[in-house]
Amino acid sequence: MGQLFNLQFLTGHIHYLLFIILMMTGLFIVVDKTNLVKKIIGLNIFQASVFMFYVSIGKVTGGTAPIFPMDDKYHVDKEALQGIVYSNPLPHVLILTAIVVGIATTSLGLALIIRIRESFNTIDEEDILNIEQEMTRDDNNKHRDVAEGLT
Amino acid sequence: MIDTLTNTVLFVMLVLTALAIVRMERLFAVVMLSSVFSLLSALLFVTLDAVDVAFTEAAVGAGISTVLMLGTIALTKPTAKRSRHTAFVPLIVVCVTGAALVYGTLDMPAFGAYDAPAQMHVGPDYLARTPDDIDVPNVVTAILGSYRGYDTLGETAVVFTAGIGVLLLLSGLRRRREDEDEEV
Repeated sequence: MGQLFNLQFLTGHIHYLLFIILMMTGLFIVVDKTNLVKKIIGLNIFQASVFMFYVSIGKVTGGTAPIFPMDDKYHVDKEALQGIVYSNPLPHVLILTAIVVGIATTSLGLALIIRIRESFNTIDEEDILNIEQEMTRDDNNKHRDVAEGLT
Repeated sequence: MIDTLTNTVLFVMLVLTALAIVRMERLFAVVMLSSVFSLLSALLFVTLDAVDVAFTEAAVGAGISTVLMLGTIALTKPTAKRSRHTAFVPLIVVCVTGAALVYGTLDMPAFGAYDAPAQMHVGPDYLARTPDDIDVPNVVTAILGSYRGYDTLGETAVVFTAGIGVLLLLSGLRRRREDEDEEV
């Protein structure tokens, strides 16, 4: 824990702390807010900060974007490559895939919200819970009436 | 140094946007702020050298998802209700999770270290082999389309499945509404 007060350690790890602050803001929205659209937006914030965290792992100090220089015949110029430092392209590829999958899941969630609104006429979690409890109570009463009629 | 400064400024803007999203009740403003959030995170991706990720995020996060959310709030309600419960338990959950995550990052290599484990194995190998194997200037394209083409194929399958799911959920929306109108 003593290393927390070391300046060099701190500048190397402050980014992770900032990503986690963003991530936790997203988590707070998901847990605290009852509106379903807002929950999805909170999930998106959480997801975006995970992406930033993941891409930051591939960053190399003094590096540049992993795009090679080309020669006049549109091939990679291998001589010009020498001495250039590139950031790691692998996290970029994985996150590119994750962003597209993220929008797919978001759209599915939004479609579910539209259906929920159709059935319950609200998109507020607490209201939906109340309506469901009422429905269960009605069902139980009905079953009890039937059971009493039998005996 | 200038990198750290840019990143920190972008971070402060991102956190302010996220906090504004927490406070807002009008969903239209919330959706617009989430679009701003995506744009700011795209800027951050540029400073992290991930230009491909940046323009995907700008197109998908700030573009398509904003349109989808606007469509959703047009079909549902435009304002959120203020929640009745206190924010005490969620705050504790968030703080405990955050503390655990911070504890986890203490063992991570420093930001931008050239000798981090992530920089040791396949990443540099892809960089070294791309000029000979594929001869495409953008390494991200080479990996996405060739070395890890199956990942991209799987991604397409996921997007296809999600598209079918959305179609199944929303198909007959108008028909059901007409039925309801007839009943009334």
